[in-house]
Amino acid sequence: MILSITGTGAVSPAGWGVQPMMKMLDSNKEPAISLLERPLHHTTIATPVLRVPSENSTTPKITRLRRTSPISKFAAAAAMEALGEIRLTAIAARELRVGIIFTLINGCVGYSNRFFSEVLSDPKVASPILFPETVFNAPSSHLSAMIGSAAPNDTLIADSTGFFSGMDLAAEWIMRGDVDGCLIVASEELDWLSAEGLQLYSKNYLPSEGAGAIYLEATDDLVKLQHLPDPISFTNRTRTAAAREIRKTLAIGNHVTHLLIDGRAGIHHPDLPETLAWQDWTATRWSPRKILGEAMGASVSWQVIAAVEALRSKRYSQVAVTAVGGNQQAAGCLLGH
Amino acid sequence: MISPLGQNLQENSAGFRAAKMAICDVTLFDVSRQRVAKAGQAHVQESAPESAISRSAWRRMDRGTRLAFIAAREALISAEIHQARMPVIIGTSAAAMPIGEDYYKHAHAGHETRRTQLQRVETYQAQRQMIDLMRALALHVPLRIVSNACASGANAIGHAFHLVRSGRADCVLAGGYDALCQLVFAGFDALQALSPSGIPRPFDAARDGLALGEGAGFVIVESAESAHARGAKIVAEILGYGAATDTHHLTQPNPQGDAALLTMQAACKMANLVPAQIDYINSHGTGTPLNDIAEGNAIQRWAGPDVGKIRVSSTKSAIGHLLGGAGAVESVICLLALTEQWLPASLNVRQPDPVCTFDLVTTPREAVVKRVLTNSFGFGGANATLIFGQEGLS
Repeated sequence: MILSITGTGAVSPAGWGVQPMMKMLDSNKEPAISLLERPLHHTTIATPVLRVPSENSTTPKITRLRRTSPISKFAAAAAMEALGEIRLTAIAARELRVGIIFTLINGCVGYSNRFFSEVLSDPKVASPILFPETVFNAPSSHLSAMIGSAAPNDTLIADSTGFFSGMDLAAEWIMRGDVDGCLIVASEELDWLSAEGLQLYSKNYLPSEGAGAIYLEATDDLVKLQHLPDPISFTNRTRTAAAREIRKTLAIGNHVTHLLIDGRAGIHHPDLPETLAWQDWTATRWSPRKILGEAMGASVSWQVIAAVEALRSKRYSQVAVTAVGGNQQAAGCLLGH
Repeated sequence: MISPLGQNLQENSAGFRAAKMAICDVTLFDVSRQRVAKAGQAHVQESAPESAISRSAWRRMDRGTRLAFIAAREALISAEIHQARMPVIIGTSAAAMPIGEDYYKHAHAGHETRRTQLQRVETYQAQRQMIDLMRALALHVPLRIVSNACASGANAIGHAFHLVRSGRADCVLAGGYDALCQLVFAGFDALQALSPSGIPRPFDAARDGLALGEGAGFVIVESAESAHARGAKIVAEILGYGAATDTHHLTQPNPQGDAALLTMQAACKMANLVPAQIDYINSHGTGTPLNDIAEGNAIQRWAGPDVGKIRVSSTKSAIGHLLGGAGAVESVICLLALTEQWLPASLNVRQPDPVCTFDLVTTPREAVVKRVLTNSFGFGGANATLIFGQEGLS
């Protein structure tokens, strides 16, 4: 069975949509850095971050999303863009069964912060509206409600490579005939909790936010999912060994029409496994995180979308997308014509 | 399995058969300012289980992972599997939230070392905890963590079933876990979903809410060929699995139980069974007014004229609602019912709700049990149904 990616959607610090993201990646121009500030005692902790611009939001205006936090709004906008009007109409007419797989690390950290603050202050008046939004699968649930689909909907927690696991599960559903197509979505939002947490690993990380979505279906289209190997677990391998194994499994050679889109963020130590695994790579190489920042669960979705757009442009015939997660696995996939 | 009733299968079986209820005062965190102060607490030893795991590995594990380790190890031992290349699929809802709570409190206090806070951020992450668990169990394989709220554990077993059924794996370790934590406890309290008395009464006409609990349940899902080839004792067969999404509301089920009906029908269709062939339903049965009505309506619609013959109970009445662990623990309870030929009860029922046109089991009873069905429904509309049967019935 041939599986193709036939829809993409993105929300990133470059703006709302795939187009502004690709424009920023193509131009190699970095988005504006802002400071996420929180008062602590008599001082202020300021963390440099990359935020999704508030203007030109494409979040659908539906009741269910009114009280949600950014993670759900980003996801909804990316999902709508990836699905497109024709598919949305078909879903509404019960002519298309679309599954949803949502991958994340952090989830709704903003409302978790607010709710727990209220709990510690006085649990009797803690908001019952905030708590349900803190549950990991709340954003994916909003997507099902938004498109009116009772088809399966799973949320997967993983390190930043989780999007590949989501693609794997989607392929399984499609090949089994459970769904006609599958939307794979990753979304993350910024809050001082997660931004400061990320910078504990390295002060050089630039915490970021946004969402990415792809639509995968069984059809012979321009961008095919050619290979999606099992991820390599860190249980008994180093990150470097796992990165090398993924590189070997993907078996893509240096060629002028081949492209590597890796997960490096421009920080020596965390990047080292991929740097070493691909040190003989002489063909073109993109590292979107160096421009768009570290958006944790969402970053790999941007890499995959960039790969799809690169193939659509016909500048490349095959793209390897890889990432070495922080504490679970190394993973990757091959996309091509 | 581990639950507030016991630390292994045997203790849990004895507890359910004796109609014990394991809801007690919460001592794990401060509940003095909550409306409700009771839940089902499992006994988790502070020191590492002798010879099973190193002290340092045990120390790094959060409470939920320790629960998962105990249950997963019991499953591996009972299946006589010591080392294997089998994927691991785990469901959780709260994951290592208590560590996240600590991180939050210390970040606010502002005088913790960077190293200690980094350790909290790292070990808060569910995948880090589960990778540590897999290392301790010598499982060096891909990991999938499903977080579909209260259906997570059932979904994990369903995923494993599909992996084996499709031939992608011979054998999968699957289950679910969750430990009690302050944020989630306060969340259910804020929603006024907890029973003020702390006594859950699923399907009682005057039920007033659920009790939370904690625990873990794990199973080894293995192909018949693989199990027979290594001479393994087969506990039961998975006959069917259905998953669907209820889009009615984030926290409230469709009153008619539309998605629940879909999952029960899908599981039965896969199992090639009609409702009258199901000997027992372990219901989601939280004890909240809305859930039990929706599930009751779904069971009525699914069973049709046979509804009176369908035996139903909710084991949450004894151990509380284990959230991400519920579907897996309740699956293991179903396996106990199948292998030991008894039915667990819905405790604390005074007057059954009129929706109970089925046979509500209110005291444990001996019974011929060949096929069982378990329902799990979660926040966000995640619905799942699993059907298990005695070996050879499929």
